[in-house]
Amino acid sequence: MQQVIFIVLSLLTLSAAVMVVASRSLFRSALWLILAFAGIAMLFILLQAEFLAFVHILIYIGAIAILIIFAIMLSRGVMDPNEPRFNDQWRLVIGFGALLFVGLVVIMLRIPWPVNIVAVPADAIQLLGADFVGTYVIPFEVASVLLVAALIGAIVIAREH
Amino acid sequence: MVPLTWYLLVTAALFCIGLVGALSRRNAIAVLMGIELMLNAINLNLVAFWRYAYAARMDGQVFAVFVITVAAAEAAVGLAIIIAVYRQRRTINVEELDLLKG
Repeated sequence: MQQVIFIVLSLLTLSAAVMVVASRSLFRSALWLILAFAGIAMLFILLQAEFLAFVHILIYIGAIAILIIFAIMLSRGVMDPNEPRFNDQWRLVIGFGALLFVGLVVIMLRIPWPVNIVAVPADAIQLLGADFVGTYVIPFEVASVLLVAALIGAIVIAREH
Repeated sequence: MVPLTWYLLVTAALFCIGLVGALSRRNAIAVLMGIELMLNAINLNLVAFWRYAYAARMDGQVFAVFVITVAAAEAAVGLAIIIAVYRQRRTINVEELDLLKG
């Protein structure tokens, strides 16, 4: 049963990702991107990382996708839809991407991954919170400084002079 | 459960699709969307490894949250730069943005 769900979800995510790249209209690309994000969030739930799935939906669909749609609206009409949407070296890039994919698959099939499946602890979210203010408190604080810096930087860059 | 290799296969495919999008599109916003797809692939990879090898500890999810944080900061600054470039140059075609070219 889990296999079927996994295959459906990953096909959904991958086809949405292909549409993001291939879609002629930038706005449709952004909508396909939302579907890809939702597919990833559902795969997180399949991996029993529920907290991360909700964080993913909140931040990616709720913030980043909306931000991208805003940027598309603000810069609408600059790109002529009849112009090519790919640059001149797109054949080379697709070849390179396929080569990278084959290389990654060969590597991942050769390495004996140390699989050790244990049950997820029942208080996983509490453990996660304890990690944030315990072992990883300094990266956590640095991440909050990064967010403040990005916030101020985005305002300064996009402000009208 | 699904074998770990299946997850790795999907993340590798997603990463390569994002890479092709980031390198081949002419619109700067589409390039940014390709980068978001790549970051998503990495995150899925991290969580899959966490579930299949270290599920008793939460380190894998901690790192995934940090990746999400950095991705959010990157999207905010990247889109601000795109808006600023659009205001100054009236284009967001990355082929025409060659100010730094020697």
